[in-house]
Amino acid sequence: MKPILECKGLGKSFGQKKAINNINLELERGKIIGLLGPNGSGKTTLLKLANNLLTPTAGEIRIAGFNPGPDTKQIVSYLPEKTYLNEWMRVKEIVEFFADFYRDFDPDKALTMLSQLGVDAKDRLKTLSKGTKEKVQLCLVMTREAKLYLLDEPIGGVDPAARDYILETIISNYHEDATVVISTHLIADIEQVLDYVIFLKDGQIALTSAVDKIREQEGKSVDSLFREVFKC
Amino acid sequence: MGWDFETDRPIYIQIMEKIQLLILAGVYPVGAKLPSVRDLAQQAAVNPNTMQRALAQLEEEGLVITQRTSGRFVTENEEKIIQARRRLARDQVTQLLVKMRELGLGKEQILEIINEIAEEMKI
Repeated sequence: MKPILECKGLGKSFGQKKAINNINLELERGKIIGLLGPNGSGKTTLLKLANNLLTPTAGEIRIAGFNPGPDTKQIVSYLPEKTYLNEWMRVKEIVEFFADFYRDFDPDKALTMLSQLGVDAKDRLKTLSKGTKEKVQLCLVMTREAKLYLLDEPIGGVDPAARDYILETIISNYHEDATVVISTHLIADIEQVLDYVIFLKDGQIALTSAVDKIREQEGKSVDSLFREVFKC
Repeated sequence: MGWDFETDRPIYIQIMEKIQLLILAGVYPVGAKLPSVRDLAQQAAVNPNTMQRALAQLEEEGLVITQRTSGRFVTENEEKIIQARRRLARDQVTQLLVKMRELGLGKEQILEIINEIAEEMKI
């Protein structure tokens, strides 16, 4: 089987600026992977390339062997950095909207999750706080049965209790052959749910390793290693 | 949420220690069925693959056995449990003695203090 995500000499330049610079990467199926890097290291650009929201200026990126496009969107569940949902819609309507879009989406599961997080399905999106909107969006994304989840900063804006619930959801919801990529800089919070980490620095891969390998070899957490590698 | 982990040691080793402790403490008694990997992973709030690795390691040490169709169980071999208990006790006492030596205490004094406290705690 082809790797769920593969980059070969991948590059993306904006004018002179190289946001992604010669990335070679293969992601296995069935893993939870942390995409870690300081602000401006290329995390969001990489995820956008995987979703065909940007096109590479060098090399290639493939999802299960295919170029990103309408077909790969059926197996990729993407949480973008910004919300794209219509503000005037009610939560319940958005759930129905999602059900129309994605065959693998389970509306009942989404509604259950939302109520566990204390979100009222009758509320309009524009009346919700920023954190609550993020919860809604994450519930939608996680209740799809995708092969690859690409989550751009899923826990940045939510309170610690919701963060725990979300991590729990990621652990319990993902399927053994699905891969979850979580981009974040809140490493300490998610370290124990990750198999692997990828450190991005100036658009390049600075390091890839299994979390327990870092702890074994360096005798420190991924969080401390990150602080060392990216010391300002 | 989950179990507490130290930041400077592999998580799977800490999971092994924790489950071993649960077995020795009788939370999972001799021959008892363990929860599924997924349930344990959720309880501990760790990656299921990491939980799987910890359990496989416990299996290698003989404390846990897998029955192909029905899941994982605590070993029925009490000897294994006694051994594990003794190993853990030795580790802890070693750590304690290292610290006592740093304090400049000799064997006699250490034993005296241990007896004193055991008396107080009615052990």
